[in-house]
This record gives sequence, C-alpha cells and structure tokens, in this order.
Amino acid sequence: MSTNDKPATATFERQNGMEIGIYTLADHLSDPKTGEKISQEDRIHQIIELAQLAEKLGFDVFQVGESHQPGFVAQSHLVILAAIAQATEKIKIGSSVTTLSIHDPVRIYEDATTVQMISKGRMELTLGRASRFGSYQLFGYNMADYDDLFVEKLDLLVELMGGGPIDWEGKYRPPLKLDQIYPTSSKPIPLWRGVGNTLNSAREAGEMGIGLYQAHLAGAATTYKNKIDTYRQAGEAAGFDPASLPVSTAGIVLPADTVKDAQKMAYEYLNSTLERVNGQGLNKRVYAQAKDKRSVMTIGNVDLIIEKLLYQYELFQPNRFVAQLDFGGMPHQQIIDHMYILAEEIMPVIKQATKSN
Amino acid sequence: MNILILSGSNIGNKTCMAMEAVYEQVVNHVGEDHQVKFLNLQSLDVQFSDGRNFLDYTGDTGDLLKAVMASDILFIGSPVFQASIPASLKNVFDLLPQRALEGKTVAMVMTAGSHKHYLIPEIQLKPILSYLKATIVPNYVFVHESAFDHNGIRDDDLYFRIDTLVEETLLLADALQIARDKQEDLYGF
Repeated sequence: MSTNDKPATATFERQNGMEIGIYTLADHLSDPKTGEKISQEDRIHQIIELAQLAEKLGFDVFQVGESHQPGFVAQSHLVILAAIAQATEKIKIGSSVTTLSIHDPVRIYEDATTVQMISKGRMELTLGRASRFGSYQLFGYNMADYDDLFVEKLDLLVELMGGGPIDWEGKYRPPLKLDQIYPTSSKPIPLWRGVGNTLNSAREAGEMGIGLYQAHLAGAATTYKNKIDTYRQAGEAAGFDPASLPVSTAGIVLPADTVKDAQKMAYEYLNSTLERVNGQGLNKRVYAQAKDKRSVMTIGNVDLIIEKLLYQYELFQPNRFVAQLDFGGMPHQQIIDHMYILAEEIMPVIKQATKSN
Repeated sequence: MNILILSGSNIGNKTCMAMEAVYEQVVNHVGEDHQVKFLNLQSLDVQFSDGRNFLDYTGDTGDLLKAVMASDILFIGSPVFQASIPASLKNVFDLLPQRALEGKTVAMVMTAGSHKHYLIPEIQLKPILSYLKATIVPNYVFVHESAFDHNGIRDDDLYFRIDTLVEETLLLADALQIARDKQEDLYGF
C-alpha cells in the first residue's frame, strides 16, 4: 500500500495536551456487593447519559464496545452510538471495539457512515477480532478462520472507506464491483485497530497505517511499550508519516480516597467481572502491586492516578488515553462520581503537563 | 475444599485403578466439608481444543473444564505413552486457560510399563503444571505395571505410597490456605 492509499486516521493537536476519553464495554452484571441488577433498557439509557455527561465535563471522546456474550448490552453498539450521536453535540464518538470478523464490512461501512453523518463528522471506528466462540456461532462463522476473517474483512472495509470504485474479491463473501458505495460522508471515518496482547496485531496496524488502540489491563506498563514501538517502527518502515500514526491507550480507571480503598473496590468489581465474563479473575497480588506507578492499572487515589498517567505518557507518547469507569455492575451514581473526579481533579493536570508548544 | 481426582487416560485400566485407590484414600482422609469428585476421561466425550474460552465448551468437555477450574486440589493420574503423557491428558491442559491451576494444589500419579519412564513426570508433566501456575506436590507416585493384576492392585506397597501422597497433598493444600490468608491480611483489602 502506498502512502496515498492510507486509510483516514484521527488527527490530534499536541498543543492541547493528550486527549482523554471514556469507553464502555456495556457490561450488564449484578452488583457483587448488593446483588442488584438493573434492566437492560436502563443500562443502555445509562450509557447514553454517561456519554452526555462526558461531553458536559469536557472529555474528548466517548466509545462503546461491541460484545455478543451474556452479561453485555451493546450487541448493536453502532445503534447505541447513533443514539449518542443524536444526544450529544461536540464530543467525538467511536467504537471500542467493533468486532469486524463476524460482520459484513458493507454493513459496518453503511452503519458507521450513517452515524458519521448523524454526528456531523465525530465518528471513529476501532476494529478488532471477536474473541469468543459464541460470536462466531451467532453469525455463522467458523472460529478456525479467526485470523483470515479479520484480514479479509479489514481489507474490504478499508477499500469501502475509499468510496469507490470498488473491485474486490475475497473468500468469505461474493466479489463486489461498485462504482460508488453509499452513503458517502464528506468527512472520512478515522480507523483504529484494537490490540490486546498480540505483537503482530500492532505491527499490522502500523503496516496499514491505521491508528493503534492499545488496551491494557494489568502488569508492568513497559510491557505495552514494546507493541507501541513496534507499531510506530512498522508504520514508518511502510512509508507513513510518524505524525499520522496515532496511538491511543485504553485502561480501567478507579479513583478513591485512598490507594487501599481503590484496590479493594477494583478487586470487588473488576475481579468479579473477569470471573463472571472470562471464568477467571486476577491474583489479588496484581491489585496489591497496582500501588506502584509502574503497574499499568490506573487505580488509586487522585495523586497516584496522575502519577501513573504521566509515567505512561512518558513511556508511550500517546495521543489519547481512554478510561473504562463502569464495570462489574457498579452503581450508576458511583460511575458518575468517578467521572467527575477524572474530569475535575485528574484531567486538567494531565492536559497541562502534556501540552507542547 | 473441592477435590478432583482425574484419571487422564482413555485407554486401558491401570491408571483408573490407581486413581480409584486415590479416591478411596481421599474419602478416608477428609471430612464431609470437602467435596470429592472422580472423573475418568475414558467415560467422557471430550473434544479437541479449538482455542475458545473454556466457558464456551458444552457437554462433557464443558463439565470437565468447569470441574477442573472449580477444584482446590487436583490429583492427576496419567499413563506413559511413547515416553510422555497421553494426548487425552494434554488435550485437557490445552482446553484450559492460562493460569488455570493458580492457587490449586496438584498431585501426580504415573503408571508405566517400564521403570525407564520414572522421570517422565519430571520432564513432561511438571513443566505443564508449572506453566499453568499449579502448586505441585513435589513427590509423585510412580507405578510400574507389575503392581496390577487382572483383579486390581496386587502390590500392597502401592496403597501406602498413595496414602502418603494423599496425606502430603492435603497437608500442603491446608498450609497454602493459611499462607493465602496471611497474604490477604498483608494486603489489607
């Protein structure tokens, strides 16, 4: 791919400091402390409210992630993003992630472009592979085609994003010949690749010239630096301008009065989420080690979270950090309180420290 | 505690006989506050691992994995095939997630047709258990096929060796629980 074929990527103004946003995976679980569980309808409305609050508090972006397993409500995440597009005015919106492997890229193109128009150009897409067997079963795909499905569908989506003419052939759907794909937005949708622990995914994102969306959960922050460096090196080697290779990191944020309170709360809510959703949690030691700024898990009191985010900024030089505040059936009011703390006590310090002239 | 006794072969009957003896000893040693379960791969229809999350398997495969994940103590019985553990048992490990055996006490009983296989558990099974983060009972019971005849176990010494393994395993699991409680007190949350 030549530089001319480069898909659209998000652009950033370094003088404004690092962008800070919110993402949700829209899990829908009972509160492990009280056993209470709200309805699916209420959870979806809460997510839309959180997006409105994120805009009011000055966050740069709000993202919703797709999931098809029990315990989640954003199966149709692009529909929720359409509602958020209508309910907000200026905050950027996006997916975190869209599980492209199990969809027809034409449908994703059409829906995302429609949201792009409803939102008047605020839409972004982060693309990933569905990781759970049930998603493949639900849409009639074979999980054995895990890698090939994603590669092929991303290839078609990127071509569609070019607008046309389209002359495409692949293995998993009939050939597509079109002069023009509709609808057509005047502003292209920035593309990101969602990456977890796979180094090759980061390298491939660099080679394609799309943004790197690096999600992290626990462990040493330096563990993730390797993937981010690989992404940038691969992108530059492919001939892309380093300034056009955006990096976003994504992690949980849980502020509390004391580090110990935050550890306790993270263990109660995050660990129970992991146990219920993945079948296994993390060793309590991981939460204990999160008191060290070198642990990537952004939990603690306000000072520690600031220290960690600045340390991670120094390591990764990201353009954006997105925070997951809601998990494990945490009460809505508590999520809102955490969003206020992040907006009022943490974000201004981070923005100020990461501004460049 | 949840105690699972797993016979890891889907061929022959010696490993199963040894693990039945383990089951009897465990039941003799523990009170009613422990749940003891015996699973024999030979009587289960277990599919090959295809990379999905362990929660997403159904039928015997799903039941087996949930039982392993729910266990606090795991006794694994394995024959030696071609100088290694059998594919049926390796498949169980492949079906499990990373860190699947973290916090679990795991003991091994190996049956073999030759004394030359004595170190197979050390070089073939222990590395897998370590990778899965098991706390491994250091000593294992190695059983030569001459310990069995068509009626069952003919070597009385095997009963004593199994008794020792069961006792050591249960004691180690208790000690680990105390250590974990101390660790949690240390963290304070």
